[in-house]
Amino acid sequence: MAAAQVLKSEWTKIRSVSSTVWTLGLALVVTIALGLLISILSKNDYDSLSREDKITFDPTYISFAGMSLGQLAMIVFGVLVVSNEYSTGMIRTSLAAVPQRATFLFGKIAVATVLAFLVGLATSFLTFFIGQAMLGEYKAQIGDPGVLRAVIGGALYMTLIAMFSMGVAAMLRSPMLSLGILMPFFFLISSILGNVEATKKIGRFLPDQAGSKIMQVKSPFDDDTPYGPWGGLAIMVAWTAAALIGGYVLLKKRDA
Amino acid sequence: MIELAGLTKRYGEKVAVNNLTFAVRPGMVTGFLGPNGAGKSTTMRMMLGLDNPTAGDVRIDGKHYAQLKDPLKYIGALLDAKAMHGGRSAFNHLLCLAQSNGIPRTRVHEVLDTVGLTAVARKKAKGFSLGMGQRLGIAGALLGDPEILMFDEPVNGLDPEGIHWIRNLMKSLAQQGRTVFVSSHLMSEMALTAEHLVVIGQGRLLADLSMPDFIRQNSRSYVRLRSPQRERLLDVLHQAGVTAVEAGGGALEVDGATSEQLGELAARHQLVLHELSPQQASLEEAFMQLTAESVEYHAHADHQGPAPDGAPPSGQAPGRAPGQAWGAGRQQPRKGK
Repeated sequence: MAAAQVLKSEWTKIRSVSSTVWTLGLALVVTIALGLLISILSKNDYDSLSREDKITFDPTYISFAGMSLGQLAMIVFGVLVVSNEYSTGMIRTSLAAVPQRATFLFGKIAVATVLAFLVGLATSFLTFFIGQAMLGEYKAQIGDPGVLRAVIGGALYMTLIAMFSMGVAAMLRSPMLSLGILMPFFFLISSILGNVEATKKIGRFLPDQAGSKIMQVKSPFDDDTPYGPWGGLAIMVAWTAAALIGGYVLLKKRDA
Repeated sequence: MIELAGLTKRYGEKVAVNNLTFAVRPGMVTGFLGPNGAGKSTTMRMMLGLDNPTAGDVRIDGKHYAQLKDPLKYIGALLDAKAMHGGRSAFNHLLCLAQSNGIPRTRVHEVLDTVGLTAVARKKAKGFSLGMGQRLGIAGALLGDPEILMFDEPVNGLDPEGIHWIRNLMKSLAQQGRTVFVSSHLMSEMALTAEHLVVIGQGRLLADLSMPDFIRQNSRSYVRLRSPQRERLLDVLHQAGVTAVEAGGGALEVDGATSEQLGELAARHQLVLHELSPQQASLEEAFMQLTAESVEYHAHADHQGPAPDGAPPSGQAPGRAPGQAWGAGRQQPRKGK
């Protein structure tokens, strides 16, 4: 079975390079560490919050604050998994072994996605429980309405960020170019667009802005976002699908 | 068996590969010869389905590359010794290739042993020398025990021991009845390994013939004569019906007579000879002559003159134009020929 062979091969590829371990490890550590720090700070600041802010205080979302940095490591993971093939010249060897380009690309993405999801799941649960432990009396319980959805959503968010990056890297091929676009975009540009009044209405349809809605349990007071948590995730899925299809179409027609 | 039919690759205005039609047959080493930039690597990439042809196609045992199930079991290729992830160990590099084609893990150990890399199998490929990288690439080509093997410039950058090893490997693979297709820009290298030659220049087919035919057609032998009685010698040769061409330094070059015949002829007419030497144009010179007009990048302008009439016919070695251009291509017969 050709697809099973490709999955096995891609698993060997991904486990045999050190970048996998350090990008995914960094995603986990950074997310948890920053989440822990911000949870402690939020607990100490709670008393100085306004009445409105106290009502919409979202301990779950606060414990996920580390995602803003941790997602960058996920982006690096996604980019490297794909663009390593190009930057090393391995792509020619790989495509000579697996000339069915759809099988090759989606086999690779499937393996990396499963791995990213497992690491995302571990990160999400750990950061939630550690964050809640720091929040003390203000903490949320995993059984509270919407909390489990938000925690699993955190794992999905990380997975989709990695997948989106794989699609972009498949289109751009160069790791430097891909990272040079994705990193500042997700770290700066997207949050600027999403917070400036003039661009807010467009900004919230960007993949990370829309996708992170799934990690919120309580919405801010003046929230007029036209989609819910799953709607936001669907928007992110659409972006990811577009990036992957774009990557596939280019791989299909381009010379290796 | 690899068959190319009208294979063409265009990059914008530039034609890299121009209507190539030839077949690579099993049981021998076929040399794929051409100057740098002739389109050899592009042709090989199209053979492997890596680059899409603008026109024409390539078939491997009658099928397109993408139609092959587990292609490494049909055709193994060494395109570029650096076409691997440097952070991966030699073993894992081969293992991921093997798994993608359903080749058992034991075969990875076998090919590592064949190319002599067992001792460094767990080392990262980026620490490998060029020769070790080349061996790892060859291990990858041998992995599926394929009937067809393709090597792009395999001896580039290798030390003499490595070159010797690769030559013997290619010959033994061909002796086992496999199809071996190897590119080079060095005629001398091909003369030692290939039984059949495909020569291209600027993407066009210049010759497709057996090595003995190539040698017969292209390495004309002649005799070089020098005499203080040059005018008399010319008369004597003319009377004997032998044509002599004047070469530089007062020497004469004679086709169609052996040095024995010429020596005896001179003796009969009591002519003093200062030189009587059989000569052979080297294959390298013959190759340069063949591709002279199609060399893309010249080191400088004052090279041998181009052939008078443009494009040579495809499928046949063009008839060599006799004339001064040949004078430059003559040298002492090589030792051991």
